This record gives sequence, C-alpha cells and structure tokens, in this order.
Amino acid sequence: MPTRSSSDLIVVGAGVVGAACAHYAARRGLDITVVDRGPVAGGTTGAGEGNLLVSDKEPGPELRLALLSGRLWRELSDVLPARVEYEAKGGLVVASGETGLTALRAFAHRQARAGVTAEEVAGERLHDLEPHLAPGLAGGYHYPQDAQVQPALAAAHLLRAAGTRVRLRLGEEVVGVLTRTDGTVRGVRTPAGELHAPHVVNAAGTWGGAFARVAGVALPVQPRRGFVLVTEPLPRVVRRKVYAADYVADVASGSAALQTSPVVEGTPAGPVLIGASRERVGFDRTLSTEVLRRLAQGAARLFPVLARVRVLRTYAGFRPYLPDHLPAVGADPRAPGLLHACGHEGAGIGLAPATGAVIAALVAGDEPPLDAADMHAFRPERFHGTP
Amino acid sequence: MTRDRSPLGLVGADAEAAFEITFDGRTLSALPGQSVAAALWAAGVLAWRTTRVGGRPRGAFCAIGQCYDCLATINGRPNRRACLVPARPGDAITTQEGDGHAGLTV
Repeated sequence: MPTRSSSDLIVVGAGVVGAACAHYAARRGLDITVVDRGPVAGGTTGAGEGNLLVSDKEPGPELRLALLSGRLWRELSDVLPARVEYEAKGGLVVASGETGLTALRAFAHRQARAGVTAEEVAGERLHDLEPHLAPGLAGGYHYPQDAQVQPALAAAHLLRAAGTRVRLRLGEEVVGVLTRTDGTVRGVRTPAGELHAPHVVNAAGTWGGAFARVAGVALPVQPRRGFVLVTEPLPRVVRRKVYAADYVADVASGSAALQTSPVVEGTPAGPVLIGASRERVGFDRTLSTEVLRRLAQGAARLFPVLARVRVLRTYAGFRPYLPDHLPAVGADPRAPGLLHACGHEGAGIGLAPATGAVIAALVAGDEPPLDAADMHAFRPERFHGTP
Repeated sequence: MTRDRSPLGLVGADAEAAFEITFDGRTLSALPGQSVAAALWAAGVLAWRTTRVGGRPRGAFCAIGQCYDCLATINGRPNRRACLVPARPGDAITTQEGDGHAGLTV
C-alpha cells in the first residue's frame, strides 16, 4: 500500500526519459515517485530539438530501440494533447557530391534491410521536397519515419497523462540511495527525508554518472556539448528535418574535438532550429562564437534563404554520452533494485518511449519488448567487467 | 501645480530636440535615446504586431529584450525587438503581420 513516502518505483530525473519510465509504469498500474533537483525537462530534454530519428542510426540495437520508439511515439501522439507538437514530418539527408551520395546509398540500403523506409531522391528532385534547398546537391534520401516533438512539452504531458499514479517531487535532489544489509536498494534519501520503493531508476541523463556514484556503482556518462541557433519566426521554409550526410559520421565519432554538420528544421511555432555541434569539454556553458559561426555557415550552405534571416538566440545543451554511443537501459546486477535509463546521447527524446516501456516491463516483472541480445547491448554494467 | 511625473520630468532632464518617425505612414515624434517601443508608447500606440496563429495584437510586454513579444518591422526588416532598437530620425515602423516573412512561404 503506497503512502506519501513509499511507492512501487522511484524515478530519478524528470526529463523525457524519466517521464516515459513513469508513464509506462503507471499504465501497468504501478505507483511512481519522480524526483528531480530541478524542474520537468530542466536538463538536456529542455535543450533538445525533439528529433525522433531513425535516419541517423546504423543497423543494430539502437536502431531497433528507435524503431520501437517510433511506433510508440505515433501511438502517444493520439494519447497526448496536440500541443506536444508531434509531427510526422520525415527527414531528408542530402549529399553535396557523388562520393557522399554513394556512401549515403550504401548506408540507406543497410538500414532498409533493418526495417527503415529510405527513398532515394535524385538531385534534381530535391526541390520538390524542400523548395529552399541550395541548388547543385548530388541527391539525398527521404526517411518518412523521422518525426519531431516539442521535447519539454512532451515530457510534461507524458507525466500528466500518467495521472495520479505519478507523484512529482521537483526541486528535491537525491543525495543518497538506501540499501538493505544485503545491498538491495530500498529507496532514496533527499534533504526532505526518505522515499521508499523496491525499484529506483536512474533517469538522470547527462548527470546519470553522478547519480550512479551516489548509488555506489560506476557508469561513465560524460557531457557532449551542442549548440542550437534559433532563428526569427518564419513561415514553413524548411518542411522536414534536413541534414548533411556528414552528420551521421559526426554522431558516430568518439572524438572529443569539435565537430559540426548542418542540421536544419522548422518548428510549428515558426523559428527554425539549426544544429548540430558536438564536443566534449565537460559542463562548460561558455558561448563559443566559433561553433555558432560554423553552424550558421553550414545552415546557409544548405538553405541559402537562411543567410537573410536573423538568429534570435542560441543555447547550449549537454548530451549524455557513453563511450559506445549506446544508452544504459536495464537492471544493474551490482545493486539489485537499481535500474538505469540514461546515456541516450543526442537521441533521448526519440528513444524515450521504448526505454520507458522496457523499464516498466522489468519493474513489473515482465519480459521487456526487446530481444535479449539488445538488452545485453544496453546492460549498464558493460563498461566495468570483472577485474 | 501638477508635478511633471514623466521620466524626463522626474529626473529633471533636458532632452535634445525631438525628431520624426513614422508608424504605418503616420508621423510620430521621438526623442533621442528612446527605443522604438518607448516612442510608440509615448504616442499612444500599444500594439504593432499580430500573432502568427490567432492574429491577436501584440506590443511591448517585458520591455527588456527577453520575451520577444514586441517584434516589429522596422525599415522593412521584420522581427526586430522594438524595446531594444533605438529610434532614429526617419525610421519607418510598420505593423508586422505574423512572422513578417510571408514572401518566403513555400
């Protein structure tokens, strides 16, 4: 019987992943307490563009997680209010030259065998899809399964739609994990007191490594910084998520050095969002004019019309990076009762529903909706084999 | 005698000579150092933009550059924050309809 301080599940983190864990656990009839030291979507979720992408993913466990998530987002779009701005807008990946197009074609063929819909678009037909695209591009691929949401609203409405089974404790930092003498997790401690539950989920995103330490286990989550430029509101000058083929290589890179590749998309509210940069510089929020310049140049190369448009603001966010670019999703055998749902890097909005569905199934004692090999790939203890 | 409670009066400032700007073709007076929003307010104009979705009137809200409510088309350039842009002699401010970029629609 849940009381004010006890529930079936404690979710640490009120970003989109924590919200999805709580949402799907509530659907299973569990009572959940969500704790966050800040507000809902106060970390990386609030800094995201809300991309739900399959187009940028190599065949493998992450792509399967993304395909499942894509189906769940479509279902959620009927459940959540329209203001989460779910748009099945599709993605368009473009290559400037024949070399890039050949590589993109090979990539898309591998994806197609893994269940991704990818349609080649000849260079001269690109403008049918995106009239403002630069002339002279070699060609591209259209990915109709790519979609977008407004991530902060999506997180908030995932929580709200879960109803009274979810209790939110915002502005409250978890400072300790409670364990029994046998090491089994039995709750968490905050400055306000103890919260009890037989399951605790680490959905602390980029701060998931820090929370893992609080729980007494290691998880090497590191921040991978990205900047976003926000233009003045415009009519629909960019219809899909449009990006250059180099983006896929940048996402997959393990380098700490700065990488930028143009990623451009419109929003229902009007502004166009321009990314994407990646660099590992810790939690440094210092504005980098070099990054902003490269993002602006890249976007204007793809969409020359943007050179005449004003950027109203810019912001930085920190993607939760794990060294193999896969999230940590599943139960942690080093601390029975502790589960992880973090480290989704730049794909957390997209991967949130499937992650939440997996966590909810595990907590309920059911089979997760992923096969064992994929669960093995996401196992949180994989970075620390027995010495 | 009523004390002058205007910003100028309160600080006892002696403003430089006023100049002219226009709002939707109507000539208004502005003082050096006034923002476009301040000049419009001083002339009794409270709205100079319509919202993108509902077409509702908007003007200055925060007046310190944070809220982006006061966007105006100034000398043909849309989406300028009227609360931050200093008024200059001859400026032509026009009511901005929606995003002000209807010409880019595809």
